[in-house]
Amino acid sequence: MSSTGAATNGRPTGTRPSELVRFATAGSVDDGKSTLIGRLLFDTKSILEDQLEHVERTSLQRGDGYVNLALLTDGLRAEREQGITIDVAYRYFHTPRRKFIIADTPGHPQYTRNMVTGASTADLALILIDARKGVVEQSRRHAFIASLLRIPHLVVCVNKMDLVDFDPEVFEHICSDFSGWAAKLEVSDVTFIPISALHGDNVVERSDRMGWYDGPSLLYHLEHVHVASDRNLVDARFPVQWVVRPMSDDHHDYRGYAGEVASGVFRVGDEVVVLPSGIETRIAGIDTYEGPLEEAFPPLSVTLRLEDDIDVSRGDMISRPHNRPIEARDVEAMVCWMSERPLQPSGRYRIKHTTRTVLAKADELRYRIDVNTLHRHEGADGLALNEIGRLRLRLSSPLFLDEYRRNRATGSFILIDESTNDTVGAGMVL
Amino acid sequence: MSIAVRPRMLRGDQMSYEIPHLRALESEAIHVIREVAAEVERGVLLFSGGKDSAVVLHLARKAFWPAALPFPVMHVDTGHNFPEVIAYRDRMVADLDARLIVASVQESIDNGRVVEENGPRSSRNRLQSVTLLDAIEKHGFRAAFGGARRDEERARAKERILSFRDDFGQWDPKRQRPELWNLYNGFVKPGEHVRVFPLSNWTELDVWQYVREERIELPSIYFAHRREVFRRDGMLYATSEFVELIDGEEPFEESVRFRTVGDMSCTGAVRSTAATLEEVVAEIAVTRITERGETRADDRISEAAMEDRKKEGYF
Repeated sequence: MSSTGAATNGRPTGTRPSELVRFATAGSVDDGKSTLIGRLLFDTKSILEDQLEHVERTSLQRGDGYVNLALLTDGLRAEREQGITIDVAYRYFHTPRRKFIIADTPGHPQYTRNMVTGASTADLALILIDARKGVVEQSRRHAFIASLLRIPHLVVCVNKMDLVDFDPEVFEHICSDFSGWAAKLEVSDVTFIPISALHGDNVVERSDRMGWYDGPSLLYHLEHVHVASDRNLVDARFPVQWVVRPMSDDHHDYRGYAGEVASGVFRVGDEVVVLPSGIETRIAGIDTYEGPLEEAFPPLSVTLRLEDDIDVSRGDMISRPHNRPIEARDVEAMVCWMSERPLQPSGRYRIKHTTRTVLAKADELRYRIDVNTLHRHEGADGLALNEIGRLRLRLSSPLFLDEYRRNRATGSFILIDESTNDTVGAGMVL
Repeated sequence: MSIAVRPRMLRGDQMSYEIPHLRALESEAIHVIREVAAEVERGVLLFSGGKDSAVVLHLARKAFWPAALPFPVMHVDTGHNFPEVIAYRDRMVADLDARLIVASVQESIDNGRVVEENGPRSSRNRLQSVTLLDAIEKHGFRAAFGGARRDEERARAKERILSFRDDFGQWDPKRQRPELWNLYNGFVKPGEHVRVFPLSNWTELDVWQYVREERIELPSIYFAHRREVFRRDGMLYATSEFVELIDGEEPFEESVRFRTVGDMSCTGAVRSTAATLEEVVAEIAVTRITERGETRADDRISEAAMEDRKKEGYF
């Protein structure tokens, strides 16, 4: 029995629309993550000859003794020299059905910020568990971060099944162990797949060495998991990015509001409200370079025209009169700290939320969460690099928010250090 | 125009708003371009005449339509150009009614900012970085849009969409700003700037498919034509006044096309008879060698050639 898709040359030649799927992987060198990614790229024919030659040459120079597919994912000189991964790397592969973007992040605790970064845009998280070791601290941490960032789908690959004689009991035990942990988290969709990344079992093709497993191969699952419905198509939110005013002879009175639909569906004729002014009007037109659209939905970048000539500027939010975001001067949020300079109590930061940037003051750190045990440390006096905590922020002027659990686009923000301009925190509105 | 986005009726009145991957990539790129134009003063679009910068220019036009581009277009001119590319550049800029700035490597040489390399293997490729940084400083640009993609090269796979440069124009891979969701941080101080790569998540095949769908005009050298070439280090190069032949190198005529457009001295050609967009896309879809591996001598210099040049301020 073989799964579809990968048997063909993985690179599509036609123009048949294919869907874009982003997934994040986290793990360390020894759990076989790089080997698994290398295998996915290799078996979908996404590795080209010169890249493979490079890996073969480097493997030989390093004395690895085998073609080390893990080298495909090591980008920087420092990483190759030290054999470590220091940052998020992005990889791409196609099958005839889908185009995949992998955010490949290192798994150690000191790289929590990179994992959070990779997870922020992911439709799916791939967690690797070594069949010999079972669920370890790192697996629990990855699952927690996936749930914190609201990645809709989780795939747990139990790897190195060849080293436990493809024993179904080992697999079952790990599944129930992990499920016990996942029950404490808000994870809605978990799929378990027993694999051997090194030998390719259940990666692209179903393995005949695990007849007891009747689920799909990993690639088949990636190709078929339903991601289109993960978007919020209910709450219409349009953060204004840019006011289009050509002031040319052809378009003398044209005034449009450009942006990316954050959530919901906008149709010509819809009643809308512009925030913060609260003025209500209707959508007169949805423009694109190709011509007008009848409706717009995420993640389309479009330009809206409104029926009434009202004052709208960047940072405003167009929404529906009876379904508005919360206008907030205080924010309760989970924040992941990303800077060597710790979060200062009552520190002042820039906060960027959708297209609006205001000032925020860290009012109160309610607790710091231990990412390995979920224990809440109340009375923590700051957040250091890679730490996550619940924070109350006071804002210099209002933001138009939704809960992150309901809306990833209007429930997320970043904190920027005013003096260094670094991005220091990532926040999810509670 | 031709990439359809249409809602599909499911059972009952449930709608499934499907979106093809090229449209999703396009939308992301337009979002990035608008975001930077809105937040960072004084942007500039780096335009080499290559297919990637042609796509960025096309996306920028879409982002602000029906208004004109809110920033100028800059060509870093090595002086060693394919004449077809310069003609193309001037046509595109005129068509868009954009303002063109030409930053000249020859001027940098004449002013003593850089020293011309000598010998048959010399190239002005590396000198471009100085010309580019000088121009960014002279015009006070805080954001420079470019067409680089993460699938091109190992170091680029780790670079952010908004890539921060210090006041020496340097990229520090270990001090990159975290980039989450679609929230970009374009804050820079005087002297610093960001490079902006809207095509970060595109592959070479995505670019070609998009060029085909959107009917984007490209320089003629991307399509198969007969040209006098010579073989060096296993690659084919166009003969020109800018390249000295080494003993034993014999020019011959061949049907070729170029997969990338750079300085004539370091851009290799591939044997091809693909003369139309359809044929080129079909050829790219089955190719077994990356475009940089096949055609760019500049990336072959060392293991970390690109990483080193990027740290110096290269594109």
